[in-house]
Amino acid sequence: MVIMNKSKILSAETVVRLVFLMLGLVSVGCVLLITVYLVISGIPAIREIGLIDFIFGTEWASTAAEPSFGILPFILTSVYGTAGAIVLGVPVGFLTAVYLSKAAPAKVRRTVEPAIGLLAGIPSVVYGLTGMLIIVPAIRGIFDVPDGASLLAAIIVLAVMILPSVIKVSVTALDAVPKEYEDASLALGATPVETYFRVSVPAAKSGIAAAVVLGVGRAIGEAMAVMMVAGNVANMPTLFGSVRFLTTAVASEMAYSSGLQRQALFSVALVLFFFIMLINALLNLLLKRGKES
Amino acid sequence: MKKLTCVALAAVMAFGLLAGCGEQSPAASDGSKANSGLSGSVATDGSTSMEKVIGSLGEAFTAQNPGVNFTYNPTGSGSGITAVSEGRCDIGLSSRALKDGEKALGLAGTVLAYDGIAIVVNNGNPVAELSVEDIAKIFTAEITNWSEVGGNDAEIVLIGREAGSGTRDGFESITDTEDACKYRQELTSTGDVITTVSQNINAIGYASLAAVGDKVKALKVGGVAPSETTVKDGSYVVQRPFILVTKADAKLSGTAQAFFDYVTSSEAAEIISKAGAVSAA
Repeated sequence: MVIMNKSKILSAETVVRLVFLMLGLVSVGCVLLITVYLVISGIPAIREIGLIDFIFGTEWASTAAEPSFGILPFILTSVYGTAGAIVLGVPVGFLTAVYLSKAAPAKVRRTVEPAIGLLAGIPSVVYGLTGMLIIVPAIRGIFDVPDGASLLAAIIVLAVMILPSVIKVSVTALDAVPKEYEDASLALGATPVETYFRVSVPAAKSGIAAAVVLGVGRAIGEAMAVMMVAGNVANMPTLFGSVRFLTTAVASEMAYSSGLQRQALFSVALVLFFFIMLINALLNLLLKRGKES
Repeated sequence: MKKLTCVALAAVMAFGLLAGCGEQSPAASDGSKANSGLSGSVATDGSTSMEKVIGSLGEAFTAQNPGVNFTYNPTGSGSGITAVSEGRCDIGLSSRALKDGEKALGLAGTVLAYDGIAIVVNNGNPVAELSVEDIAKIFTAEITNWSEVGGNDAEIVLIGREAGSGTRDGFESITDTEDACKYRQELTSTGDVITTVSQNINAIGYASLAAVGDKVKALKVGGVAPSETTVKDGSYVVQRPFILVTKADAKLSGTAQAFFDYVTSSEAAEIISKAGAVSAA
């Protein structure tokens, strides 16, 4: 009797385990499917255009009589745009995180943290719309340029969009610093501010680095908001010029594309995917190092 | 006792539900029989510019034939043409003439309607009229200041659509500026173009005539203001066709053929003009 029960329990266990395994494999399967599909559909155009011409070509005219498919403007725009967003967004996010984790009264923290969560939950199209109706005209007025849709507008929007991930991850990392470190520093006569920046921040540095990389990932992958404020012309990037990102290149032309143009868009997506992979690898490396130390 | 009432009530309600079903279904089938014997589905796929026109035609058609399931998939002219050649829809919708390569795939186009493309500027812009040549010069950046065409002394900001858009293709082929336009912004929808032009006093753009409201000013071209009459009689020159794409060698299904006949009939002309385009019938 007892033995029979045991085997019954075991089999139920196996079933449940199998179900969970299957569910776990769903996401792995999705990643594999996307990767394989993107590589298969992205390679033909690169082969036809030539890798060097594709990556380093400076002219994109996909529907011209003699089309050219150079994506260097997109790559540089994505890199500059992301770098700009990091330069603007990370200091603000980082200092906010230090304040929230270490200095802020509990009441302030209780108010600010949900607000940041809300900021993360705002759909990107709303960011884009706000940028289109407020930031773009503002840039036109302030800098006296004929049109405000530019790399700068995209950088500002992206800088706001990366704030939540930078702040949240940094706060988590700073909260995890053992209180003894800080107490020791304070006991030795350091001021609270000295303690935050000389003790807490260095102790949380891998977590903060991960926050920055996460911000990079968010910025480089954003399409919708950027499409509404950047102007979307395939120029080499200039701060007040109309620019097109890797993401918006795919998003804006995909609907009407055909033939080699469509294949080339898949190749652009493949390049973008490659960048994201690189960033993810970096993130994993940082997190791993954080755990080891 | 309470329990019993509950069960009885539930039973009555369930019976009522069933009875409702039983009564309704024959009535519904009677209704469709009364209108026409048509059933099945018509799938259309393609140009986003044709949304208004094909949407109202589909509505009118299904109102007459309740048994028919009409679908429209707004994917863009290129995707619609691909969809019909791959057999994924009955009728493809294109807001540009078929290319030779597409005709070679065995596709045939029937003109459903004409769409005027309005050249729009900000309401605050004093310029009210341009010639086609001036428009071409403006969009190829030969003319870069509004003062050269009688406006304020300010740089012209060119707002266009993305590569592959039917409106862009229509505009550039009519003004003979293919691949030569120096856009400041390439936006992905008619609404975005109108919003952007309405916000920048020095902007000029183009949009489907049907979509132009009073947020922006539509320019006269060569002295002719864009309107349904001027598009139909051909005096307003910036216009393009709305095309139904079908397979040349394969027959449409009965339902799809009925829809095709309906939308190309004179009966549908009024619906098309209500949707802002000009019927070809």
